[in-house]
Amino acid sequence: MQLRTISYAQGIREALAEEMRRDEKVFLIGEDIGRFGGAFKVTEGLFEEFGPERVRDTPISENAIVGAAIGAAIMGYHPVAEIMYMDFLHECSDQLINNLPKMHFMTGGKLKAPAVIRTQYSFGRNTGAQHSQFFPSLYMNTPGILLATPSTPADAKGLLKTAIRGSNPVLFVEANALYSSKGEVSDDEALLEFGEADIKREGNDVTVVAISRMVREALLAADTLASEGISVEVIDPRTLVPLDTDTIISSAKKTGRLITAEDSCRTCGVGAEIVARIAERAMDYLEGIERVACPDMPAPFSPPLLKTCVPTSETIAKAARKIMQ
Amino acid sequence: MDGVVSKSILLSMYQSMIRQRILEEEVGELYRAGLIPGLAHPYVGQEAVAAGVCAALEKDDLVVSNHRGHGHSIAKGVPEEAILSELMGKDSGTCSGLGGSMHSTYLQCGLMFSTAIVGGGIPLSVGIALALKMDKKTKCVVCFFGDGATNTGAFHEAVNLAAIWKLPVVFVCENNQYAVSAPVSSSTLARIAQRSQAYGIPGRFVDGMNVLDVYAAASEAVSRAKKLEGPTLLECETYRYRGHGIYDTGLSYRTREEIAKWMDRDPIQALEKKLLAEKLATVEELEAIRSMAKEKLKEAVKFAEERPYPPESLLAKSLWA
Repeated sequence: MQLRTISYAQGIREALAEEMRRDEKVFLIGEDIGRFGGAFKVTEGLFEEFGPERVRDTPISENAIVGAAIGAAIMGYHPVAEIMYMDFLHECSDQLINNLPKMHFMTGGKLKAPAVIRTQYSFGRNTGAQHSQFFPSLYMNTPGILLATPSTPADAKGLLKTAIRGSNPVLFVEANALYSSKGEVSDDEALLEFGEADIKREGNDVTVVAISRMVREALLAADTLASEGISVEVIDPRTLVPLDTDTIISSAKKTGRLITAEDSCRTCGVGAEIVARIAERAMDYLEGIERVACPDMPAPFSPPLLKTCVPTSETIAKAARKIMQ
Repeated sequence: MDGVVSKSILLSMYQSMIRQRILEEEVGELYRAGLIPGLAHPYVGQEAVAAGVCAALEKDDLVVSNHRGHGHSIAKGVPEEAILSELMGKDSGTCSGLGGSMHSTYLQCGLMFSTAIVGGGIPLSVGIALALKMDKKTKCVVCFFGDGATNTGAFHEAVNLAAIWKLPVVFVCENNQYAVSAPVSSSTLARIAQRSQAYGIPGRFVDGMNVLDVYAAASEAVSRAKKLEGPTLLECETYRYRGHGIYDTGLSYRTREEIAKWMDRDPIQALEKKLLAEKLATVEELEAIRSMAKEKLKEAVKFAEERPYPPESLLAKSLWA
């Protein structure tokens, strides 16, 4: 098995290109994704290879983009829609929440809507309150749509390929902060199953369940804490729907301490759900629980103020030291 | 235009309208008897729109419907048994009982989907049309929506997208004069059909109480769609005789005189008069169509009432495909 080092953005681009070559029913739809190559250059080169029919530029019409993706999906296509910022998902919430996750259920199973909605969040990048939000738990609370939040190039590539080949709708949330990050991918298909967490680092004292960008921060924190004699296990759920609760619970039972880490607001965040599941199934094993998240407020712009809101490896390390006491 | 419509099409549109009307009258009875739970939005008065539009379609042309969709189902050929079963939440319903009155999918007849969110089906119909175009099929999709839907952002985004991509979709606005209680005059100053100009597509104002006008306009729009010349916006002016939902008397925001004025233009009676005056049908023929429809409906009610509710096991297997 040959290994190559590529970026997170390249992993996504390769997944799109390979799936489009494999299956003519796969097409892309979104704003500025064609010749321009996407606002973050993720789709660069795809227009040149696949042309305007399969890399479809649209007006600024998020509702129509997702609606059209659903319509094409129920007709047997595998559209991959790009919504430039996660914040803009609210522009198409009717399609994303009222239609897409319910097409199969509400029709008694007559329709399938295997549309993938790709988006990215930019929290921590001084993009202001309307270009920063990361709110995955909203979709965990909306049954019927799968949800992936990959943190490495290989995970991004493998999960996106699986998402495109599946029969169900998928919300695929990328982290802007990770686009240029590098990692190894294999040259074989390397499809990844949804619902399988990845233990990114093994440890015995504290379990950190980290989401998306926070996986990188958790690994940095684990390095720091190791030098202090604290052994950290880092778990990346990779998909939040389905969520691999078993892996999280066995790790928490082993270490007895749990930290959740995410770039979304604390209240009703992903951490809240993970902690609730732990409480239901493993309460007696836990000595301490901490949630690392953003404060319950919109993202401020002014860089020093934003800095106070963005969780880092140090925030995680502090939480670990606290529950180790 | 009237001259080219064959007797068989005229009679089939008459039959469609009769079946829609009889079904909807019965739905009211069943609702009051407690056999239909939840919501239901009567189509009574608007039958000519569904009948005229669907008569212009082939069986494998597609339809996206909405919360006021029982008439669309009938006109597209969905059997009463399946419609009533769905309304009662039975296993034999169009969505196996998981949808209800506002959701109907019957692929054998090209009825793709019904959204219950006003305007929400329009973007979806654009995606269906995109798929038809990419498939290089000579087929089209019709999207039905009310006057209220034309004030949503979804309408604007979707019609514009269909226009720039020249997609095979026909947008049928059923202007029934009210969005719940809000009269159309309070919601928009222009005629809805005029909005088509802003998208660079044809728009037609149609007498939605005259099934022949609807059929003629729809035929032209369907033919344009199938030639991939792009979408058409039809504004069919019509009236719902009943309230917004089955629970609404419809009398708090409009007068009995206004309702009576529209009922004087009843689309079924108008077609009856025409068929008799032009000797295209006899009183007996029309009576036979009506009694056959009543008989069929009676059987459908019995069928739906006797069917079981879906098993609980349906839930677990319905969330994921």
